[in-house]
Amino acid sequence: MSRERMEEYFQATIDADQKIEPKDWMPDAYRKTLIRQISQHAHSEIVGMLPEGNWITRAPNLRRKAALLAKVQDEAGHGLYLYSACETLGVEREELLDQLHSGQAKYSSIFNYPTLTWADIGAIGWLVDGAAIMNQVPLCRCSYGPYARAMVRICKEESFHQRQGYEIMLTLCRGSDEQKAMAQDALNRWWWPALMMFGPNDKESTHSEQSMKWRIKRISNDELRQRFVDMTVPQADFLGIQVPDPDMKWNESTGHYDFGPINWDEFWNVVKGNGPCNRERLKARVQAHEEGSWVREAAMAYAEKRKQRAEERARVA
Amino acid sequence: MKKDWPLWEVFIRSKNGLSHKHVGSLHAADAQMAIENARDVYTRRGEGISIWVVESRHITASSPDQIEAFFDPANDKVYRHPTFYKLPDEVDHI
Ligand SMILES: [Fe+2]
Ligand SMILES: [Fe+2]
Repeated sequence: MSRERMEEYFQATIDADQKIEPKDWMPDAYRKTLIRQISQHAHSEIVGMLPEGNWITRAPNLRRKAALLAKVQDEAGHGLYLYSACETLGVEREELLDQLHSGQAKYSSIFNYPTLTWADIGAIGWLVDGAAIMNQVPLCRCSYGPYARAMVRICKEESFHQRQGYEIMLTLCRGSDEQKAMAQDALNRWWWPALMMFGPNDKESTHSEQSMKWRIKRISNDELRQRFVDMTVPQADFLGIQVPDPDMKWNESTGHYDFGPINWDEFWNVVKGNGPCNRERLKARVQAHEEGSWVREAAMAYAEKRKQRAEERARVA
Repeated sequence: MKKDWPLWEVFIRSKNGLSHKHVGSLHAADAQMAIENARDVYTRRGEGISIWVVESRHITASSPDQIEAFFDPANDKVYRHPTFYKLPDEVDHI
């Protein structure tokens, strides 16, 4: 089959809403786009454990601690599902990790903000996991089979994350004045970065159009962001705290909330590595990887030795 | 030496009466570690009661390039389907 015919066949498969599987023919650019997107996504899950990990030892009680521990463990699992999906495209895990550690690969900028108080753990679960769910649900129908299947597993697990976060906020907002102020402060700091999680405005978004055509992406950044705002503002109202946006108001004619402009300079500045915690996050990842290397080598050496011994025993017997 | 641990494919039986189903893959130094990691990664919420792991390099797969040549011969054998056989309406339970 000619290359042109193969591309036609490929696009027709996608247009018919059928999945592409690892060994199927695919254009190089499709493969590359997926490797970039899935690995970025995997890195985000892994780096995303760091801000919350900061509070595991300081959780206010055992119930909160167990829940946070379980949530952070889930995120490690999400990272693994996604690295596995990415590896089906013919890239090695080690290579993906090298790209993260060298700073060549990106991860979601939201994780470059610090977790200053316990309320931040509530705000992260509620807003960051909430935004992640909004982004991830349409990915369950993405055209690449292994990615779509990984997303189905992930989405099933995310809902607990968001609910435990909102429950923390609810408890604080029903508590003392100081506790409520703490919740408000966390919302003030996480609101705008959460809105930035949906990526640049549609007209600035470079990869969107092709990704839509390939059905890797199905809903535009701005539309997802709007849905998130519409869903979240009433939840803030219920808590009795306010999103930090003087322009936020219900628009009767559109049936949506209008909101103020996003500070994209801040967004790009954090993407470029100048957020409050970029260096710290990367350092923690690299350190964990390097300090674990002797464990990985020892486990491999032990496995080889056991295999050899078993073979020798079989020969003797 | 290659740096990554070998890759394993993971199959899980969600309950007795159902087959093991492929759920994903992971890296592990040996089979025992693969089973334990599969438990931690793929069955954190009671998704399974039995796990199989197979080192990925041991799986032989049919090629997607030959789907037609490989699977088409079955398509013209309509007599393999029960609807091929027309029976009178009076005959019941068959
Ligand atoms: Fe996650
Ligand atoms: Fe999550």
